[in-house]
Amino acid sequence: MESVLARYRNLIVLMAVLFVQVLGLGVQVRRAAEDEPSRLIRIWTVSAVTPVEKGLVWIQSGTSYLWHNYFYLRGVRAENRELKEEIERLRVQQVRLSEDAEQARRLQALLAFKEQFISKTTAAQVIGSSGSAQSRSIYIDKGSGDGVKPDMAVITADGIVGKVLRVFNSTSLVLLIDDQSSGVGALLAKSRLQGVLRGTPAGEIRLENVTNDQAVQPGETVVTSGGDRIFPKGLPVGTVSKASQGKETFLDIRVKPAANLGKLEEVLVITQKDERTPLLSETAPSRAVDVLASRLPSVPEKPVANDPGKVTTGKVTTGATGIAMAPQVDSQLSKSVVLGTTSRSAQNSPAPAVRSPQVNLTTTVAPGGMATKAPANASATATSQSKIVTNPPAVVKSPTTQKPVPAPALTVVDNGAKQVPIQPKPAQSKPIQSNGQSKTDQTPRDPAKPNQSAQFPSAKQPGQGQPSQGQPGQAQAQEDKPQ
Amino acid sequence: MPITYTSGEQVEVYRFSVPVTIGVPLLALFLQAWLPLRLHFFSIFDLPLLVTIFFAMARRSQVSGLLTGSIVGLLQDSLTHQPIGVYGIAKTVVGYGASSLGIKLDVENAGTRLLVTWLFYVVHEIVYFLVARGLVGLTVQWSWPHEFWSALANGLVGVFLFALLDKFKRRT
Repeated sequence: MESVLARYRNLIVLMAVLFVQVLGLGVQVRRAAEDEPSRLIRIWTVSAVTPVEKGLVWIQSGTSYLWHNYFYLRGVRAENRELKEEIERLRVQQVRLSEDAEQARRLQALLAFKEQFISKTTAAQVIGSSGSAQSRSIYIDKGSGDGVKPDMAVITADGIVGKVLRVFNSTSLVLLIDDQSSGVGALLAKSRLQGVLRGTPAGEIRLENVTNDQAVQPGETVVTSGGDRIFPKGLPVGTVSKASQGKETFLDIRVKPAANLGKLEEVLVITQKDERTPLLSETAPSRAVDVLASRLPSVPEKPVANDPGKVTTGKVTTGATGIAMAPQVDSQLSKSVVLGTTSRSAQNSPAPAVRSPQVNLTTTVAPGGMATKAPANASATATSQSKIVTNPPAVVKSPTTQKPVPAPALTVVDNGAKQVPIQPKPAQSKPIQSNGQSKTDQTPRDPAKPNQSAQFPSAKQPGQGQPSQGQPGQAQAQEDKPQ
Repeated sequence: MPITYTSGEQVEVYRFSVPVTIGVPLLALFLQAWLPLRLHFFSIFDLPLLVTIFFAMARRSQVSGLLTGSIVGLLQDSLTHQPIGVYGIAKTVVGYGASSLGIKLDVENAGTRLLVTWLFYVVHEIVYFLVARGLVGLTVQWSWPHEFWSALANGLVGVFLFALLDKFKRRT
C-alpha cells in the first residue's frame, strides 16, 4: 500500500488539489445568488496589488502633469483661442437647449413625473484591471472609505462605464458594460424602443429584446432607460453600429460604447441620486430666452418712463438655477430675468431704487415687468413688508370654484396676507441670430394657455390685484399694458 | 531504465530564493492587471501562466509545479469578478504537466521553450474553457485561430522572459 502511495504520490496530490478547487467552485456557484461578502483571498490579493498600482498611477499622473503644464506648452495659445471660440458657440447652443429643457421640466412637473437626478459624484482614477479577457472589469482608487457602495453607477463625460461590483477599503471593482454578466436598461433615443444592454464574450455590446418588426438604423443613439435602478435615465450609452435580423424574434443590435472602455483613466462614481418631481419654481428664474436676451448686445433697450410712482422695491426670492445659468449677469440683470420681461430696461430705469437692509438685492421693477401705483414715499414701507415670490406652488385651488388651477408664475405677497398675482406684459418678439438661424426669443404669452409660466389663473380674489393708491405698506400689482 | 531526452546537466534541479519565489509571481500578476490599461493588446498575454511554466520546468518537481500553478491561478482568479478556481484548476494542470515534461526534455533550449510554452498555453485555454463552461456556466467563445496566434505570441514572450528569469536560478 505504501509503495502504491509513494509511486502515485504526485498524481494523488494533483487529484487532491484539483478536487478541492472543483469543490470550492461548486460551493461558489451554488452561492452565487446570495449576497456574500468578499473572500479573504480576494482581499489579500487586492491589498497586495493595488497599492503598487496606485503608486505607479500617481507617479505617472505626476510626471504627465509636470510635462504638460510646465514643459510642453507648445500651441497652448492657439488652443486657448480655439477653446474660447468653442465656449462662445456652446453658450449659444446651451441657451437654445435650456429653453427646451425648461419646457420639458415644466411639463414633467405638471404631469407629476418622477425623475432621477445625480446629486453627488465622486471622481476616481482607474488603477488596474482584472487582467483577464474573460472578466472585463477595472479597479478604481476609491472604496468604502470614500462612500462608494456596490451597485453604484460609474460614468465618464462621454457615457456610462459600468457599475461597482465589489468594494474594498480604498479600492473598488467595477464591472464594465461590455462584460457578459453585465446588464443595463437602455433605450434608443430616436425610436424610444427599450431593450437590455449586454456584453458578449468577445467584448462587444448588444442591445437585446428589441423585436424584429422594429426599424433600427445604424448611428442611432442609445441612452439609459433608468429601468435597472442603477443608471439614471438619459445617460449616453453609445450608438448603434449594426442592426440586423436575429435568429429568433429579436433584432441583433450591436452598440458602440460612447465611453472608450479600453482606455479609461478617470471616472465618476454616482454616489447619490435623488428621485423627485421637477418643480415649476426651478424653471422660473432660468428662462433661457431671457438669459439669451441679456447676453446678446443686439437686443434693443426699451425706454422707460420716468415715473417715480411706478417703482417698488422688495424682497425677491430667486431660485439658484437662474443665477447659475447666467453667472456673468449682474445681480440686477439676474433679478430682471426672474421678473420675466424687459430685463435690460430695469437696469436703466431712472426711478429711484431703495435698498432695504434685509434684502440682498434691490429690485427696481420697471413698467415692463410690473407696475405699482404706489406713491414714491410708500416704497420704503413696501420694501419691508412686501416681497415677490417666484417659487409658487404648481397648483393652487381657485377660491371661487375650489378647483385646482395652475399657480401664477409671479406673485406679490402683500403684508404676508394677500397674494396678488402679477400680470406681466406680453413680451415683444425679437429675432435673434443664432448659428445662422433666426429665432424668436419671446413670444407673447397667451393667458388662455395654462402651461405658460406667466399665465394668470383664476385664483384672483375679488379686490386683489386692483390698484389701491396711496396705501402704504401694500405693494399692489397692476396689469401692465404693453407700450 | 527510463528513457529521457535530457543530458546530465539538463536534469539539474534549480531552486530560487524566497524573494524571487514570491516576488516574481506577484510582479507578473501586477503587470497583468496594470499593463492592459495602458497597452490594450497586452490582454492576449498571460504572464502568470508563463511564470508558472518557468518555475515548474526549472524545479522539475511535479508537486512543486502543481502547487505553484494552483497558487498563482487562485491569486489571478481573485482579481477577477468570477468564481475563484477557474484559473486555479487550469494552472494546476499546466504546472503539473510542465514539471513532468521538464524532467524529460531539454528545456534550456529556446526552441523547446517556444514549443512548450505554445503547447501549454493551448492546454491552459482548453482546461479553462471546459471548467468555465462545464462547472461555472460562463459563456466562453473558442476560436482556434485566435488561440493559435495567442499561443505563439505567448511563446515568443516566454523565450525572452525565461532567459531573463534564468538569472535568478540557483543550483541545488
